[in-house]
Amino acid sequence: MSAAERMSPTRPGGVTRRLLTAHAWLVYLFFYAPIAVLIVLSFNQNRMVGIWQGFTLDWYAQMLDNTAVLRAIRNSLMVAAISTVVATVLGTAAALSLERYRFRGRSAFDSVLYLPVIVPDVTMAVMMLLFFVRAADALFVASGARVGLGISTIAISHIAFNISYVAIIVRARLAGMDPVLEEAAADLYAGRWQTFRRVTLPQLMPGVLGGALLALTLSLDDVVITSFVSGPGSTTLPVYVFGLVRRGVTPLINAVSTVMLVASMVLVAASLLLQRRRAEP
Amino acid sequence: MAQVLAPPPPDETTASPGAEAGAERARSRLGVLIGLPPALYLVLLFVVPLVIVLVYSFATRGPTGQTILADWNVDAYARLANPLVREIAFRSLGYAALTTAICLLVSYPFAYFIATRPAAVRNLMLVGVMIPFWSNYLVRTYAWRVLLSSSGPLSQLTELLGFGQTRLLFTSTAVVIGLVYGYLPFMVLPLYAAIERIDHALVEAARDLYASGARAFWKVTWPLSRPGVVAGSILVFIPTLGEYVTPAILGGSKTTMLGSYIVNQFLSARDWPFGSALSLVVMAVMLIATVVYFRTGGRTL
Repeated sequence: MSAAERMSPTRPGGVTRRLLTAHAWLVYLFFYAPIAVLIVLSFNQNRMVGIWQGFTLDWYAQMLDNTAVLRAIRNSLMVAAISTVVATVLGTAAALSLERYRFRGRSAFDSVLYLPVIVPDVTMAVMMLLFFVRAADALFVASGARVGLGISTIAISHIAFNISYVAIIVRARLAGMDPVLEEAAADLYAGRWQTFRRVTLPQLMPGVLGGALLALTLSLDDVVITSFVSGPGSTTLPVYVFGLVRRGVTPLINAVSTVMLVASMVLVAASLLLQRRRAEP
Repeated sequence: MAQVLAPPPPDETTASPGAEAGAERARSRLGVLIGLPPALYLVLLFVVPLVIVLVYSFATRGPTGQTILADWNVDAYARLANPLVREIAFRSLGYAALTTAICLLVSYPFAYFIATRPAAVRNLMLVGVMIPFWSNYLVRTYAWRVLLSSSGPLSQLTELLGFGQTRLLFTSTAVVIGLVYGYLPFMVLPLYAAIERIDHALVEAARDLYASGARAFWKVTWPLSRPGVVAGSILVFIPTLGEYVTPAILGGSKTTMLGSYIVNQFLSARDWPFGSALSLVVMAVMLIATVVYFRTGGRTL
């Protein structure tokens, strides 16, 4: 046995190592080839997907002229912004109360909080649809106001599933935080609010931002729940694209898809940069 | 009255614990105050809807598809024994199990490789997994629709190589490929986290005691990475079981999964009681699977 091998026996050498390297490259190829093909084809002049004819930006121009696509983008951004902000506040509150306080009903709250993560999308969609149909009826009987499915019902549903994801991430951060600093602040006569504002929140921020980013992504991704609770004219971008995709492959969808891919990559890059900035000082 | 309301006489020995209990009560009140808004939201938009779905599952479907909230019955549940439902359920279980197995087989060596790289390379490789993980699922599935279409790149490649056109789109193979592609990062990341945490001195010790590489892996690395295997399998198996988007885009009429079948009950068949019952059963199966899996996984840790 060579010295190098003895020093790090868990780093496989020789054939195994070469196989593992090749395998890793293949996995990356599997991850990125479909995405790359999609991006390249969105610049293809040819309407037929498979045959390359030349470079064009026509499909992007067509996308910007398409009012339905633009409205869907606006709806998506609006829903994502509202649901992210509200879910981040509520999710952080849930995490704080569960992690830092003891009270009656705590364990019941704890299990309800985890349910939306485990419940399948389809069941959640059914729950939301039936709830809004019944709630709309109840409101109609009570006030005479007609409540339809639309942006507000989509945002309300997205908040419902996002609270749990934010809470789980913030809680993980809280659990790993040393309470010593908070105790020190209290010993130095900082009030409860002051302690939270100056000591707890700054330490908690990476968790809160991480949770917000996950909520944003989940909201921008959701198809199933949104398609159940959206009304005519209030579709989000994924639901609109899903409707088109089922009918077939078109250059327009390729262009819209590329925009969605780039948007999520920008989000990832931004979050990674944020993390690095925080890690440095 | 005045006497009852008067504060108890000051007593040096009991005053301090009394104050502490008061502070404890105040803390508990604050916790409730902070937790109340999210708890109320979840009760109103999660618990109440769940109860409504439960009620609907016992209702009757009217002749034109409306739901009649009377004549309570269990017909919807009785229909679960229907051969068509059973076929779709077994197909979904099969796809989910196959997808989980493939993801595990592909991810384990991959995650192991990442975990044994130097830190700088490791982080770069992880970013390479994070990007598809955070990318839009629908768009990633659509990419395979493009790739697999009869005039698409893959078909052209096989034709060029002399194998003729590939006709994978709208088959179960296409659905499983799409599911593996969609959920692979959900397996890689927990596996990586588990393998990375293993104390490699243990493997070293096994090797020092003349265990072969394979034996050291099987007796040390694999059992220690079990939590990652369990977590990854749950994260892949459960969502694929209720999948709707992938079979809708890549599958055909013979690849209907439970998710699609439930959606059909609401959007086209208009049989809300049956759809409600189905979605509750799927949820129950998933909850039970999760609990059982965590229990068995937890015992061997």
